[in-house]
Amino acid sequence: MAFGQRKTGGRGKKNDKKGGDKAQGQRRTLFRRRKVCKFCADKIDDINYKDVKLIGPFVPERGKILPRRISGTCAMHQRKLQTAIKRARQIALVPYVTD
Amino acid sequence: MATAAAERQYELVYIVPPETPEQQVTELHEQLASVVTRMHGAIEKTENWGRKKLAYDIGHHKEGIYVLEVINGSGELMKELDRRLRVIDVVVRHMIVRVDEERKVVERTRTKRQSESERRRVKRGLPPQRQPGEGRASERDDVDDDRYDGMEG
Repeated sequence: MAFGQRKTGGRGKKNDKKGGDKAQGQRRTLFRRRKVCKFCADKIDDINYKDVKLIGPFVPERGKILPRRISGTCAMHQRKLQTAIKRARQIALVPYVTD
Repeated sequence: MATAAAERQYELVYIVPPETPEQQVTELHEQLASVVTRMHGAIEKTENWGRKKLAYDIGHHKEGIYVLEVINGSGELMKELDRRLRVIDVVVRHMIVRVDEERKVVERTRTKRQSESERRRVKRGLPPQRQPGEGRASERDDVDDDRYDGMEG
């Protein structure tokens, strides 16, 4: 029954399993969204440090880089995003920390 | 990998205080340009982003004028530019990034994806380019909705 999910479901979904197998299907439809890498979905090849609009959502209030487990970004794009954010920080487009 | 003569491309971003007069900014640009030409480089493009708010304070500045220069040249040249920018007082912050290699990779993936999709479409007996009004209309929205953070602008 757990196999009835979508193809990429195994990768992006959260690990905290609350219910048993039975609850799986229902739980997903209720409040688990399938997370998709934004950059893969939108076919964005170039993650540029100058593009604050693109990077912005991945730097929450605190200034930390949003982890992959939450954003659903794929490994390759998270790596590129990481360098982009770090570069943007150097020239004060994105904060290091904010309290 | 490449020979020493191979041209590299760099991006230079620097920040000057917002109260700097226009004239001084152009002067600074000229100064850098002279260094670039002297060392057999070329400035491909200059962009003035104008006054922007800084994400954090640098010194006592809260705002700054950003200038971007795309420069073709050698590593030696950039080293010299870097050294000079450190010395120049009006420049609050600067950064040099090499861009040619990344750009190449981006172009490659882009053309690869395009040719791949064309190949697949031809195989399915369709014209290589996507026609207007083709595909499911809801396709796009669904993908967007699925995202966790949902922070589209």
